[in-house]
Amino acid sequence: MELFTNQVLAGIATGAIYACMALAVVMIYQAIDHLNFAQGEMAMFSTFIAWQLMQWGLGFWPAFLLTLAISFAGGIIIERALFKPLTNAPVLVHVAGFIALFAILNSVAGLTWDFTIKQFPSPFGSSGFLGSQLISTHQAGMIGVTLVLLLLLFIFFRYTRIGLAMRAAASLPESARLVGINTSWMIALGWGMASAIGAIAGMLIAPVVFLEPNMMGGILLYGFAAAVLGGLTSPLGAVVGGFLVGVFENLVGTYIPGVGNELKLPIALALIIVVLVIKPSGLFGRAIVQRV
Amino acid sequence: MSTVQDSVSQPAAVAAPSKKSMTVGTTATLVVFALLVVSPLFVKNFIIFQMTMVLIYAIAILSLNLLTGGSGQFSLGQSAFYAVGAYTTGILMEHFGVNYALTLPIAGIICFIFGFLFGFPALRLSGVYLALATFALAVAMPQLLKLGVFEHWTGGVQGLVITKPDAPFGLKMSQDMWLYYFTLAISAAIYILAVNLLRSRSGRAMMAIRDNQIAASAMGVDLPLYKTLAFGISAGFTGIAGALGAIVVQFVAPDSFTIQLAIAIFVGMVVGGVGWLPGSLVGAAFIVFVPNVAEHISKGLSGAVFGVFLFAVIFLLPHGARQVAYMAEALLFRKKPK
Repeated sequence: MELFTNQVLAGIATGAIYACMALAVVMIYQAIDHLNFAQGEMAMFSTFIAWQLMQWGLGFWPAFLLTLAISFAGGIIIERALFKPLTNAPVLVHVAGFIALFAILNSVAGLTWDFTIKQFPSPFGSSGFLGSQLISTHQAGMIGVTLVLLLLLFIFFRYTRIGLAMRAAASLPESARLVGINTSWMIALGWGMASAIGAIAGMLIAPVVFLEPNMMGGILLYGFAAAVLGGLTSPLGAVVGGFLVGVFENLVGTYIPGVGNELKLPIALALIIVVLVIKPSGLFGRAIVQRV
Repeated sequence: MSTVQDSVSQPAAVAAPSKKSMTVGTTATLVVFALLVVSPLFVKNFIIFQMTMVLIYAIAILSLNLLTGGSGQFSLGQSAFYAVGAYTTGILMEHFGVNYALTLPIAGIICFIFGFLFGFPALRLSGVYLALATFALAVAMPQLLKLGVFEHWTGGVQGLVITKPDAPFGLKMSQDMWLYYFTLAISAAIYILAVNLLRSRSGRAMMAIRDNQIAASAMGVDLPLYKTLAFGISAGFTGIAGALGAIVVQFVAPDSFTIQLAIAIFVGMVVGGVGWLPGSLVGAAFIVFVPNVAEHISKGLSGAVFGVFLFAVIFLLPHGARQVAYMAEALLFRKKPK
């Protein structure tokens, strides 16, 4: 029983990261109806920026906040410069754009900061949480940050004018434009927020998986799995999906023999395919009907 | 919320050329083929090896082109099929002593089945979801190959070393040279097959699906059948490319088949021109030689170069090499005399 609780708690902790990644994926999907395959690399890049700031002598939290600002601006710049001109392009062109971004960020991070593994400090320390053996302070911190983030996003979308404008722009762009919302900038804002949320995920997971250019590959896959499970159109679904996927991954790894660490990515693959085939709209998503 | 349904109208997933512009004329084809036959006689063995790799990637890109340019479906998971083909050949040659040439059709068939089965759930997915599922496949593939259960056959992380075949019939040529001509023959055969496939009834059905799914199904095209068929054929050809790659490189290991390979194949397709089959060769040359140059300058630079080229193609030359070829043709032949 203790093993079970332990694994569930650990699953919730890693699930927090998947939830962040899934949130970032959903933010962009909401805005432009495309999955950003470069989301993981963007998060990795942000994390390297945070690391660099700390190397230059900043404390964790100043570096954290500065990185969020830089990532936010970076996301907007990428959207304005590279993806805005593609607004009406076929899906293939978008996929090509994301793949290009993926390759560029991965390669530039490797060139700038080298491909060696780096330590990344945790702001929460790694001792037992409240003296318990089950969960470390860092894991508890990851869960806490994710929940706060979700709450902030909920308040933002529910109670602010700009959040309302973003929702309008995402669900009915034509009508939103008619009531005077600048939908194009709402998309850019979505990119900026997604980029910042990804940065949070990157900085939280970096103390666990260590920092290197390829660190986000598997995490992005789990983020996708979480987003698909929760429904690509629902931020709440993304977070719930993230926690579920994290717990599921840990329990499967513990109780099904032969599935150790070496099968973690195939589990994500199987999850994605099963959800897409059985319930493509996910747990909380809306079904999308295509007009002919 | 679940009762609210969004309606979205989308353009076709792929803007691809019409059927006639998917190939080049006979003369141009023969000239290129002749060049490919003659050129290895004048270069060093290492260059021959690289040219062989170009041909192999050309097959892989061609098969992705059939899928994307032909039937309008995406795959970011070609590296997985390539890996299955390579491992099939490696295992058959090293564990069962099968002749290398015989392993190719087997690799093709196994990959066809694998692709067909994977395409089966995938056919419910369109556009970006299919890209997602195949992306997941490509990312997960190296871990699947490292799996302890199969270690006896796959050699686990270590991979398999494959013996390089000699030229048959007592031909006096180096192994590299022989493998080059062997690969060239197979590539030519696959190219002819692909061109004819697109001209056939099935090819027309696939292109109808690409241009407008709903119209195609209204015309009586069996969507699930042709979509999975396209997936299977594409995977089968990629498997043959992988098998050839295993023989030529003499080594298969899980980490040779990462998402980077899938990205390279995808880049090759876009650079060569989506839906333009001869462009596959251009794209293959691009993904073999450009990283070589880039890695000379700095380690890890090739990804950035790939990405920058992709964006350049997207913004400046949406039809890739095809556009360049057409512009060149217009300059050479269509200039009106003053």
